[in-house]
Amino acid sequence: MAHSYMRPVLLIALLVALIALPSVAQASGYNAVTSLATRVLIYGIAAASLNFVLGYGGMVSFGHAAFFGIGGYVVGILYQHFALEEPLLGLIPGTNQMLITLPAALLVSGILAAAIGALSLRTGGVQFIMITLALAQMLFFLFVSLKTYGGDDGLIIRRTNELPGLNMRDKHTIYYVCLAVTVAFFALLYRLVHSRFAQILVGLRQSERRMAAIGLSPYRYKLVAFIISGMGCGLAGALMANFLRYASPDMLHWTKSGEFMVMVILGGVGTLFGPFIGAAVFIVLESLLASWTEHWQLGLGLILLLVVLYTQGGVQAVFSRLPGRR
Amino acid sequence: MTLFIEQMLNGLQFGVTLFLLAAGLTLIFGIMGVINLAHGSIYMVGAYAGTVVATQTGSFWLGIPAALAAAALVGAAMEFLVIRRLYQRDHLDQVLATFSLILIFNQVITLIFGRQPLFVATPEFLSGSIEVLPGLLYPAYRLAIIVVGLAVALGLYLLINKTRIGMLVRAGSTNRDMVRALGVDVRLLYTVVFGLGALLAGLAGFMAGPILAVQVGMGEQILITTFVVVVVGGVGSIRGAFFASLLLGVIDTALRAYLPGLLRQIMVGPEADALGAGISSMGIYLLMAIVLLIRPKGLFIPKS
Repeated sequence: MAHSYMRPVLLIALLVALIALPSVAQASGYNAVTSLATRVLIYGIAAASLNFVLGYGGMVSFGHAAFFGIGGYVVGILYQHFALEEPLLGLIPGTNQMLITLPAALLVSGILAAAIGALSLRTGGVQFIMITLALAQMLFFLFVSLKTYGGDDGLIIRRTNELPGLNMRDKHTIYYVCLAVTVAFFALLYRLVHSRFAQILVGLRQSERRMAAIGLSPYRYKLVAFIISGMGCGLAGALMANFLRYASPDMLHWTKSGEFMVMVILGGVGTLFGPFIGAAVFIVLESLLASWTEHWQLGLGLILLLVVLYTQGGVQAVFSRLPGRR
Repeated sequence: MTLFIEQMLNGLQFGVTLFLLAAGLTLIFGIMGVINLAHGSIYMVGAYAGTVVATQTGSFWLGIPAALAAAALVGAAMEFLVIRRLYQRDHLDQVLATFSLILIFNQVITLIFGRQPLFVATPEFLSGSIEVLPGLLYPAYRLAIIVVGLAVALGLYLLINKTRIGMLVRAGSTNRDMVRALGVDVRLLYTVVFGLGALLAGLAGFMAGPILAVQVGMGEQILITTFVVVVVGGVGSIRGAFFASLLLGVIDTALRAYLPGLLRQIMVGPEADALGAGISSMGIYLLMAIVLLIRPKGLFIPKS
């Protein structure tokens, strides 16, 4: 790990680089870099959310695509009802205001995470993996069959949600909105992982029995962590639906859950910034390999296999093991 | 009534296919403590190998040894190269390593055979229908799957309860460390168990060929259903896997057969069909949720 006094400097440098990125990309003619970076930020939020239960809490959820997808669908469904000017279930009016859709996505994904978490946390270990996977897949089947909301084809959102005073049709504006959300998310996450709550979570991962012995109820703490994590993924999904102007069952597919896990492990499990590095590595790798061959998943699979079998702690660990650093 | 019995038989046929996969998966987890997502890939490999050999030679029967051999070979290679390194790792590493195996297998199969699904004809001998009950004709091939599946279940029962290997398997699923401490060659036991699971998966894949399309991704679809079976039956329990497979096979088939019809009485046709299909594919997951509420460890947990 970097020396502690280096950290704020590195962080500020990173932030400056991220703020400058769209202008630099435009000036050098690589406009595509900005959308690539937007996707990295959004997937980074999702991966960091998963990492919170996975890395800190030791809960290997294979169903986080459910929350990502539901976040996207909240934006899509609200937009559809806004465009058709008919309220959802005759009660809830649709909207295209991001200040409403993002909190709505957080709320809905939180409720979903409470339901899935309450069920799957009744068991642990390998059952937990299978159950989260299966429940997420159930949601996938549900949305595939909902013809009202596009079924297989997904929901097209004609315009990105609006924010007062901003021109959301500009790709750079969307990037900055995502960056702002990411920074806020990280500030919260930073507080969270340094809180007593996260310490209890780490304690639960290490020994549930000991934590129970000192009078804590594991189930409740794990459930709250799971809900927080689900909400983070829902936020990422809502941003993604805004960025792509599209919400589809693909967002809920189990391979998406797998991708989030891949990002977490590529970046290093249980670290604050690992998931972002992992998301960046994954997206860049995907773009590079996909531009080279349509069978890019073969390359991705091989790289992932090597990373899992031969490194402990992902890319970050590889870097920190380089000679000259301690 | 005949239609109902026919649907039950369809459910049974789906159920035994699930069992062939679930038995391997639950054994591998019970004995070796490894969660193997790539189990579905072995199923796919068996289906492709058997189907290609059967189509090339024109003999369905030659497809069977081909499917079994390919599945066993791929399974052995998988165990030797990857799974063996995962015994001491946590579940996360196991999930990710076997997830990457899925990506690799799917792409390799696409590279060799393309994206077009393969089809194989049912063998001459089993292509007709058999009158199961007066007035009830049922395809002989599906009946054969049921018979093979039940025979395999019986064989597994005998193998596990009456032989020395079976004794080790039972002991291993109860207390792995104790078996190791007693001087049993655990590595050999692991290889046997993994190979057995791979054989069953390959057999299931090949038998499903004439009914479903043989295509990339067929493994994951059924794998997730198999997970539900394993969770409902209780991880590590073959008996649980057997009953849960049949139960879920029948329930899934019945929902798919009857739910759209029921919905059509209260909704418009195409919408009812779509929603019916969606809800019926959710059925087994809801059942799993209910089982979890009542018996979080599954219906048939092995005695500890």
